[in-house]
Amino acid sequence: MADLYQIQDLRLSLADMTAKPLLGAAPKIEILKGLSFTIPKGSAVGIVGGSGSGKSTLGRALVRLLEPSGGTIRFDGADITHLSDAALRPLRRRFQMIFQDPMSSLNPRHRVGTIIAEPLRLHGFTDIPTRVTRALDQVGLPQAFAMRFPHELSGGQRQRVGIARAIALEPDFILADEIVSGLDVSSQAQVLNLLERLVRDLGLTLAFISHDLSVIRRLCQQTIVLHQGRIVENRPTPDLFADPLADYTQELLSAIPLPDPAQPWG
Amino acid sequence: MSALVIRDLSVRLKKGPPLLRRVPLDLAAGEVRGLVGESGAGKSMIGKAVLGILPPSVEITGGEILLEGTDLLRLPPKERRRRIGATCALIPQDPLTALNPSHRIGPQITDRLVDILGWTRPAADARARELLAEVQIADPDRVLRSYPHELSGGMRQRILIASAFAAEPRLIVADEPTTALDVTVQKQILRLIAGMQARHGTAILFVTHDLGVVSKVCQRLSVLYSGMVVEDSTVADFFAAPRHPYSAALLAATPKYTDPAAGLNPVPDAVIDAVRAEVAAFDRGAPHG
Repeated sequence: MADLYQIQDLRLSLADMTAKPLLGAAPKIEILKGLSFTIPKGSAVGIVGGSGSGKSTLGRALVRLLEPSGGTIRFDGADITHLSDAALRPLRRRFQMIFQDPMSSLNPRHRVGTIIAEPLRLHGFTDIPTRVTRALDQVGLPQAFAMRFPHELSGGQRQRVGIARAIALEPDFILADEIVSGLDVSSQAQVLNLLERLVRDLGLTLAFISHDLSVIRRLCQQTIVLHQGRIVENRPTPDLFADPLADYTQELLSAIPLPDPAQPWG
Repeated sequence: MSALVIRDLSVRLKKGPPLLRRVPLDLAAGEVRGLVGESGAGKSMIGKAVLGILPPSVEITGGEILLEGTDLLRLPPKERRRRIGATCALIPQDPLTALNPSHRIGPQITDRLVDILGWTRPAADARARELLAEVQIADPDRVLRSYPHELSGGMRQRILIASAFAAEPRLIVADEPTTALDVTVQKQILRLIAGMQARHGTAILFVTHDLGVVSKVCQRLSVLYSGMVVEDSTVADFFAAPRHPYSAALLAATPKYTDPAAGLNPVPDAVIDAVRAEVAAFDRGAPHG
């Protein structure tokens, strides 16, 4: 299987605003410290780590919301590491993002139909109403929802709108950054099942960022564990769960409270 | 002796739908009870009703809240506040919004002891240092002089735990205290709460949507749907075999990494329809079971 992403020695530094002097530039801190991995076409990759491990920064680099300070990112064979905003624009349709908090990523003043149509319009699609209808259908929302506002929806429904907006553009790649961490277990299960089905039916490639290994187990074939800006483990998901190699992976796994009072958890 | 007994507690949105439906609840002294349910089920509402911090848009329409035998709802407001302040405390969800960003940590722990409970300033300061040591903060004096933004999320949550235990309350309401934390920090904080609870013998109402967390820190749990308690069990009984179909479905939706086939099953529509019908029947005054 060909690789959709090839990442070589990816480095990324950001300004450390907490250490910024009153006058002058903030010092840089390196968030990503040389990551190399590939994402095969059509696969679902889980990216896990604790807060501050760099997982969201990595995600943002993959869709080039951030520019790396070193290394290369190849997307479908093309080097996109340092492409300008203008050069990226035609590519943006091909990699889409679903965000953690739908209340801040869906415009509260727009109806769901407009929210899904807006990126289609920007990318010059002409059959917009058809595509909006189809996208709502694919995420299992009734057509009448096109006329609703985000605040009229439940958390799970809002995340479905986020997914509909992303898939309407027929992207090759979707980055989902902690998209179920704010949801109840039942809505969480619904959204994950939906995503699993869409990835399969539409042949999408998915990077799924989460701090919770238990949601990755079901969805992702491959899991990358990040700790302090470095990859500590990158293996097929079943192997990683059966026999976690890195100490940090073991720590993450053993910290998950299983719904079972008999689990040793001392 | 029960630390807290709630009978038939009903709360509704003013001129709106019911939020809690004749809730019964019993919390023994030194016991930890989980309140679980999906968003909007009313689990936080119970804690807020007990602490007298319901939002103004909401009113209590009936029932009793007996705190160590005294019905809080029959006390004059001033006496009620005094009694709640002296015997209860809250561990809130979000440590950043619960701490005042423009004040140092020290006074945020001690002011309540001095102003409301009448401690002397040196006694309160000594107590704060002692508590920070108990929640395993290595350098209490530095932390007491810090501002909230200078500390990590886990550290801030430790401070709120210390602060909750400061006046030796009989009852603590812990409202999703680890939801904002990542798993490794969550584990540390849960163990800390469990340890403090055991040492101080405090009863805790533990509001959470995570049944995994319940299985680790609670002895009993109440499962809520739409403001109605659908199941009240011991943790051992519940996880062995949940009695109500809705709570069984909730358990089946909880991810379980050890068994990828289990978990992450959405609550089936049939179960939702059945529990809704049960709520409707309950409202008509014909409770099932």
